[in-house]
Amino acid sequence: MGKTLFDKVWDSHVVKKIDDGPDVLFIDRHMVHEVTSPVAFLGLKNRNIKVLFPEKTFATADHNTPTRNQHLPVKDILSSKQLKALEINAKYHGISYWGLGHEKNGIVHVIGPEHGITLPGATIVCGDSHTSTHGAFGAIAFGIGTSEVEMVLSTQCIMQPKPKKMRITINGKLNKAVTPKDVALFIISQLSTSGATGYFVEYAGEVFSEMTMEGRMTVCNLSIEMGARGGMIAPDKKTFNYIKGREFTPKNNDWNNAMKYWSNLKTDDEAIFDKEISFDGSKIEPMITYGTNPGMGMSIGGGIPNSDQHKGNKKTFLKSLEYMDYTEGEKVLGKNIDFVFLGSCTNGRIEDFRAFTEVVKGKKKSPNVTAWLVPGSHKVEKAIKDEGLLSILNESGFELREPGCSACLAMNDDKIPSGKYAVSTSNRNFEGRQGPGSRTLLASPIVAAAAAITGKITDPRELIT
Amino acid sequence: MGYEKFKILKSSVVPLPIENVDTDQIIPARFLKATERVGFGDNLFRDWRYHADNTKKKDFVLNNNNYSGKILVGGKNFGSGSSREHAAWAIYDYGFRCVISSFFADIFKNNCLNIGVLPVQVSPNFLDKIFEIVFKNPQTNLVIDLKKQTVEIEGTSQIENFDINGYKKNNLLNGYDDIDYLLNIKDSIQTFSTKTPL
Ligand code: SF4
Repeated sequence: MGKTLFDKVWDSHVVKKIDDGPDVLFIDRHMVHEVTSPVAFLGLKNRNIKVLFPEKTFATADHNTPTRNQHLPVKDILSSKQLKALEINAKYHGISYWGLGHEKNGIVHVIGPEHGITLPGATIVCGDSHTSTHGAFGAIAFGIGTSEVEMVLSTQCIMQPKPKKMRITINGKLNKAVTPKDVALFIISQLSTSGATGYFVEYAGEVFSEMTMEGRMTVCNLSIEMGARGGMIAPDKKTFNYIKGREFTPKNNDWNNAMKYWSNLKTDDEAIFDKEISFDGSKIEPMITYGTNPGMGMSIGGGIPNSDQHKGNKKTFLKSLEYMDYTEGEKVLGKNIDFVFLGSCTNGRIEDFRAFTEVVKGKKKSPNVTAWLVPGSHKVEKAIKDEGLLSILNESGFELREPGCSACLAMNDDKIPSGKYAVSTSNRNFEGRQGPGSRTLLASPIVAAAAAITGKITDPRELIT
Repeated sequence: MGYEKFKILKSSVVPLPIENVDTDQIIPARFLKATERVGFGDNLFRDWRYHADNTKKKDFVLNNNNYSGKILVGGKNFGSGSSREHAAWAIYDYGFRCVISSFFADIFKNNCLNIGVLPVQVSPNFLDKIFEIVFKNPQTNLVIDLKKQTVEIEGTSQIENFDINGYKKNNLLNGYDDIDYLLNIKDSIQTFSTKTPL
């Protein structure tokens, strides 16, 4: 029987199988940030042990950090304490740490690929659910809890049962203004936020093979929003070109050896998935969410479903619409918005800023909109400047902030005020996710750009030629 | 961090019949700034429990004196969203030892098992029954027997089995954790590391 891509990577990392229990899985690369790690490091201290493989662990500060005046001391006392704790822990254990202001600093899932930490066929974990992003390179990558962070720090392993396998195949050509974000929001709207729970997803088909690495990262990033453990795409020429020569990518002979392993990383023809789903890519339209979970999405011109048509619990559905102050059946197109957030590990890469800039070029930001443009890393920030995007953005009335998670989870000062509407390129529209009482509409950078110009939810196809 | 061993739990329950309860509701991000695992119970369901001025929201179940106990019963797809273990810590710290739902998000379920909160997945029908009976009589006890893997609504003939793998079950019954296990096989991990392809 053939093996899937997922089987190949998983099976080659099993240290031990436990009867009627989980597999002990070896982790190649572990990414650490300030929020989910302090208690794990404390655990090591209590056990009086050190990090087993510090060279396989990489730390950055992103969740908690301000996006303005990063050169000044962090004002929030608790945040500053948490950042300091990571710095001390990293130093003590000999882990590379790219703190605030460091040129390699940025959102953990943006910097991993930028520096070649993310590799095909690797097992990658981080105490953050969007670790699934790294699956774009053909890695098995998923989020873990703090107990597991402690496990990986102390033993470089985690213990988990092997998940089931699902393949989502999308063929056909994507239409104008349809981005990888729309593809992902479309899939989630079809599967619901629990439709892939218990599964690890492989994305296959023309739509994904045509996609850039940045686009693949956006799709894999959102795998968790349909409940999946993670998502992955088989590595190809594009993948190898992207990683070659980066700081932590294997070099010379190691590269040649790695290529031998990587060239076999695809699902065998006769391999069997526990579940197969397919969609027609040409049917996907620009998407937007209208409710309080990422599964509550629709094409931008569509109407909110009636509670009778809705598959889940009616009470939960209506509670969600009440929170958004929307009514069943109505359209969101043309409704006013107050904020636009471009950024996060979902859409905070250079391609996203290019797409946003393309739409706003030569136009002016609506005076009713506050826009937060937050690059995913310093490297992205630099590219925005070097490519001349910044001057175009400034010309249109937009400013650029410094990198970090920012309004994606609103742990820092970047909070959407209560009752306000934000079109966000991030990944979660849960109640209060972007600040207590905030109302989030998830969308692509293009849809966000159109909304920033008009101050209303706008079909981006009206603004681009 | 050690936790209480789990054997048989008999308790009244707190019902929360809402679907897709995500970890941002269980513990909002602004309460994740601690560097130690203390005090998370105070902020469990913070924004459902309190108004912006910190007064209690009367209609939320945790503020309703009729309902209390060590078992939280939630709607389908409980614990979706972020990987923050703080959500499980908040539930434990508040005093819950068991969460019942008809469906759990993966990472949340794992996190619970790792810190000594038992996630019990029941059929949608059984979940509806629990809600129905508890809303009629808030004093109703549930009896969770981990060894037998059963959940019973006391005083009724309603009983159902639940799944848990043998390894995790043994851990919970004895208060063991995974790191003890892994540290014991450290030599084989180290040998393995020399043979990995990357
Ligand atoms: S940008 Fe948002 S989703 Fe991504 S790592 Fe940061 S907080 Fe998590």
